[in-house]
Amino acid sequence: MSLELRQITKSFGALLANDSIDLRVETGEIHAILGENGAGKSTLMNIVYGLVAADSGEIFVDDVKKEIKEPSDALASGIGMVHQHFMLVPVFTVAENIVLGHEKSGFAGRLDLDEARARIKEVSDQFNFDVNPDDLIENLPVGVQQRVEIIRALIYEAKVLILDEPTAVLTPQETDDLLKIMKELKAQGTSIIFITHKLREVKAVADRITIIRRGKVVGTASPDASQNELASLMVGREVELAPDKGTHAIGAPILIVKDLTIRDAVGRALVSNVNFEVKAGEVLAIAGVQGNGQSEVARAMVNLEAHVEGSIALNGTEVIGKSVRESLHAGIAFIPESRELDGLIGSMSIAENLILDLHDLPPYAKGIQMSPSTVVSEAEKRKDEFDIRLQSVSDPVSSLSGGNKQKVVLARELSRPVNLLVASQPTRGLDVGSIEFVHKRILEERDAGRAVLLFSTELDEVLALADRIAVMYRGAILAIVPSGVTAQELGLLMAGVVHA
Amino acid sequence: MRKLSIKRPSLRALTLPGLAFLLAMFFGALLIAFSDSKVLKNIGHPIAFIKAAGVAVWQSYLALFQGSIYNPNLATPHDSLLSWGPISETLVTAAPLMLAGLSVALAFRAGLFNIGAQGQFIFGSIAASYVGFHFHLPIGLHIIVAVVAAILAGSIWGGLVGLLKARTGAHEVIVTIMLNYVALYFLMYLLSTTPFLRPGRRDPISPDVLQSARMPLLLGSNYRINLGIFVALAAAVFVWWLLSRSTWGFRFRAVGANSAAAKTAGISVPFVMTAVMAISGALAGLGGAVHVLGSDFSLTSGTAGNFGFDAITVALLGRAKPMGVVFASILFGALRAGGGTMQANTDTPIDIVLVIQALVVLFIAAPSVVKWVFRLKNLKTTGELAAKGWNG
Amino acid sequence: MKALSAADLRRRRSLIVLATLSILSTIVFGLLQKSGQDVTYGFVFDKEWVLISQWVIGSKTASLLFGVISVAASALSYFQFKAGKTSKIASAVGSAGILMSFISWAAAGKFIPITGLLQGALLLSVPLIFGSMAGVLSERSGVVNIAIEGQLLAGAFVSGVVASLTHSTFLGLIVAPLAGCLISTLLAVFAINFAIDQIILGFVLNVLVYGITDFLYKKLLIPYQGTWNSGPTLASIKIPLLWKIPVVGPILFDQTIIVYLMYAVVFFVNYSLFKTKWGLRTRAVGEHPTAADSVGIKVNRLRFMNVMIAGSVAGLGGAYFTVGGVGSFSKEMTAGKGFIALAALIFGRWTPWGAVSAALLFGFAGNLQSVLGIIGTPIPSEFMLMVPYLATVIAVTGFVGRVRAPAADGTPYKRGESH
Repeated sequence: MSLELRQITKSFGALLANDSIDLRVETGEIHAILGENGAGKSTLMNIVYGLVAADSGEIFVDDVKKEIKEPSDALASGIGMVHQHFMLVPVFTVAENIVLGHEKSGFAGRLDLDEARARIKEVSDQFNFDVNPDDLIENLPVGVQQRVEIIRALIYEAKVLILDEPTAVLTPQETDDLLKIMKELKAQGTSIIFITHKLREVKAVADRITIIRRGKVVGTASPDASQNELASLMVGREVELAPDKGTHAIGAPILIVKDLTIRDAVGRALVSNVNFEVKAGEVLAIAGVQGNGQSEVARAMVNLEAHVEGSIALNGTEVIGKSVRESLHAGIAFIPESRELDGLIGSMSIAENLILDLHDLPPYAKGIQMSPSTVVSEAEKRKDEFDIRLQSVSDPVSSLSGGNKQKVVLARELSRPVNLLVASQPTRGLDVGSIEFVHKRILEERDAGRAVLLFSTELDEVLALADRIAVMYRGAILAIVPSGVTAQELGLLMAGVVHA
Repeated sequence: MRKLSIKRPSLRALTLPGLAFLLAMFFGALLIAFSDSKVLKNIGHPIAFIKAAGVAVWQSYLALFQGSIYNPNLATPHDSLLSWGPISETLVTAAPLMLAGLSVALAFRAGLFNIGAQGQFIFGSIAASYVGFHFHLPIGLHIIVAVVAAILAGSIWGGLVGLLKARTGAHEVIVTIMLNYVALYFLMYLLSTTPFLRPGRRDPISPDVLQSARMPLLLGSNYRINLGIFVALAAAVFVWWLLSRSTWGFRFRAVGANSAAAKTAGISVPFVMTAVMAISGALAGLGGAVHVLGSDFSLTSGTAGNFGFDAITVALLGRAKPMGVVFASILFGALRAGGGTMQANTDTPIDIVLVIQALVVLFIAAPSVVKWVFRLKNLKTTGELAAKGWNG
Repeated sequence: MKALSAADLRRRRSLIVLATLSILSTIVFGLLQKSGQDVTYGFVFDKEWVLISQWVIGSKTASLLFGVISVAASALSYFQFKAGKTSKIASAVGSAGILMSFISWAAAGKFIPITGLLQGALLLSVPLIFGSMAGVLSERSGVVNIAIEGQLLAGAFVSGVVASLTHSTFLGLIVAPLAGCLISTLLAVFAINFAIDQIILGFVLNVLVYGITDFLYKKLLIPYQGTWNSGPTLASIKIPLLWKIPVVGPILFDQTIIVYLMYAVVFFVNYSLFKTKWGLRTRAVGEHPTAADSVGIKVNRLRFMNVMIAGSVAGLGGAYFTVGGVGSFSKEMTAGKGFIALAALIFGRWTPWGAVSAALLFGFAGNLQSVLGIIGTPIPSEFMLMVPYLATVIAVTGFVGRVRAPAADGTPYKRGESH
């Protein structure tokens, strides 16, 4: 089945998310859509799937025009989608999730799941998915949850399957499995739209590549194109995939972590017996696939985790047991994983967000009385120093772009005397310009003799910034390797493979 | 931070509440007209019908006005100022309402919905009246001790909610709804015990608060207006200062807007939740004190009336801002005071006030309705009442 | 040691609570009680078949006996827990033992009509059960329903007035759900279409219904009581044979049509929620509306419908106060029952049977309070009246396990705003 989009346009307020996009996917083809974060890929696919209404444009399936206003229209036209955030109800079983929206009822309206169970087994066996129809979704690993989504699309006879950033949550091993599955599906005649910003994967499976930048199609390429070519198309200029790290002096250990174990509320270990140290003037990157305990380790550095055992020593002083505030004031700067959720208070002003940590100390406050004018004047200084593009420091911080928001977080966290910078996914969701700014700033902190602990799931970022790389897998550090390691070796480690 | 440019923004801020109030009064009028027997008798004669409806509504709202602001019939040859006496009644009712309203508003700003002002109010009035009728202390000191006792009682009852939320995540709405009933039954229990029974009476009513513990009257014995209204206004100034000029208020607002980010920046969320609910409870408890020491003087099972619940409508109408609460509580105080006169002088029961209150808040919560009715396009509205739900 | 799951931990904690309480009650009510007084339990209510008419026993002996039963039951449920089996029956026996131990202590020297006590408990629970079913229907689909109180009151008012004006209990019964539905439709419009905070909204709707009914009560129902407020009441219907069963019969099968409708509602809600297509979809929009939308379910339409059904159920429950009870309406006659229903919903963890059990428990506490109040006991009645509220506070503080609302409860759904 072929799918064609003509002149799809969609704007959200002033932002033009999709600008007259044309796209044609042929029968049995894997068509990759490549673009940066925020380029408009997901919006486009949500339009195709009926979750977002386009302002204008037409959709053709097998050259017949279709009105897709609802997901049910898309499903009826043979379009299936595996969403970036899985569309599965966590407290339902696999079978319940799969029948949802297509239920069959028996006597007295009683739900009949038997047919679905049989179909799930059938598809699961066919592709070696190993999915049990009666497992609860919330108990399944993300890789398996994703297969449930694929099974659903197959059972409802999707002839065009949209995969939206499907590898973001997978280990390299799981990613390889997925790529294999995609090829099998293709062999059986399913067309696949593969949304991603990862160049390696595109080169591995795609038949054709369409590149989207700022809501526009900027070109098509074949998988033979080099990574650098694809990257520059994606970003719109020449990019250096591996910037020069420069030379720098490494000093004494600043942070020593010993036997760190972190548990959840019911006592399960999320992180167990982690050991590492970070020296002055050094970047230690903690790499790994999302969800292998890195977030918890990062949060434990400033005591945001509740159940922590072991030792975290900063300049020889124990951090565990202190309050968050004491940890921050002991010389740790902390860039949280999600700036929207944990970094900033959207409805408060930019100036106020810049002093969340210092609001009750001079010069901002005398005793309990605050000085609003000082808050504003200090914010003006920070704004210039960190090149935060804004209209007024009294505007709510939510009015800023992602890059500028991250600069506010950086400006706040680096306004204290700092020995250690803990940065968790500091460039997630940022545009290339902001990524460069953040990277530059991190390297500056390193050159000023601070210890930097960087948590990142992006291989390229890890390779570009780190002096040493620790790989986390299932709550433990598998290995700590020097920065000279190849992407391939790192990928294997992230999949939990330790070789001699 | 925020520039103090008063004129235009605040005028515009008044547009929505003003229109919402008008619309609510209109629906109130419909209810009055369509439940009036004289009006219903004329249902077959449109002109007489409208005339009768007009008369019924006019008389009711006139009585409402006369009971709350100005009534020329009250003037005597010696004292023409007595015609303004109803304002005194309005302010007497407004004072406890303002304090309870500030309680709810403060909690709102910290992201907590304090439905428990009623229970905190009850505890405040228990403490104040007990000190007021049981101890014999010098004038001045007696009031202070009674007020402090009320503040403490309210803050403990409120702080408990904050503590439970901080420690266990128990939703404050559920806890406060339940604790309101516990407070009410506790009050009823006390009123059946000897220390709280009025000598010679077997019905649940406490002894009167001693003269030395009563709020001083401001304008002599012809008017009930007392120090309470100034206590309430002072509390409003305090809450304003707390929220916009103090480090505590900064933390309250930070936690209210995004507690995860506040925590990440080193602000102690459990502390804020407990502190905010304790202060909030103290304000409501103070409201109870102002009520029993200022106008009611004794404790009954109905002491708290509807103050704690009206306080929620006051806070919502005042958009959780201290100045807004001041105006809203005076407005609702006027409705309550006038409602009493209206019920006495016309066929219209005071309960129409509840309807108007509910509708005002409903229209403010859903500005789209007001915009649609008045054909307004550019009315600025904010999403203060955006939904959170049980898990939020 | 193997890490316990959250559910297991919760069960273990509640078992510890049960064991502690049963030991405490054995000591306090049993061992520490002065002996020498009898307690009399009566079992005959009406003309049902008699198995045993009354049971006289020394109160200390009875308290001890029931205390020991509860301790044994706690021990049994602990072993069942260890063996990985369910222990619902043993836990229920344990709790009942504690209660009976308490009653035997509180009623020393007095007469306790067991059948009457239980029947009164059921009657007090009726509006709570209707209300909590309204809560289940609405909140399982993701709309918080604080307005149960208003829906009950609207149902009570309208059914009372209509029955009085038409002299027909049938018409009174028909309009009650419509009145509740009207209130819940307001809830649905503002919560779903305008996305207003549902807790505030529910609160305001309650105030609105209080205001309107108080107003009309004073303006019409008092002055024109003869026409507006003297409605007929439903007669109770004895189900042939069944009502003759000792103890159970008079309690369950000698009731008005409203109570029989309540049985049907509970059964229907439970069955539909867990066994039908509608139930699957309802739970899906309450847990993960985006997922439901992505498979073609009209999230807001389904929520709207559920909220309207919820209001109708609560409205029908409201009729219990007027045509199902005294006939005439009185001011604010629901008296906070809607909030106890909400408490039952939460205490019952948003499940139909859980809510029914909690409602029955609260009804029992209420009726026990009034029975003990009449015969005179050491416990002030006000403290008994606090039981449902304190129990709910304890429940939500996670003392006997964290209660978790449906994940999307209270969150308006708008496409494109992912969760």
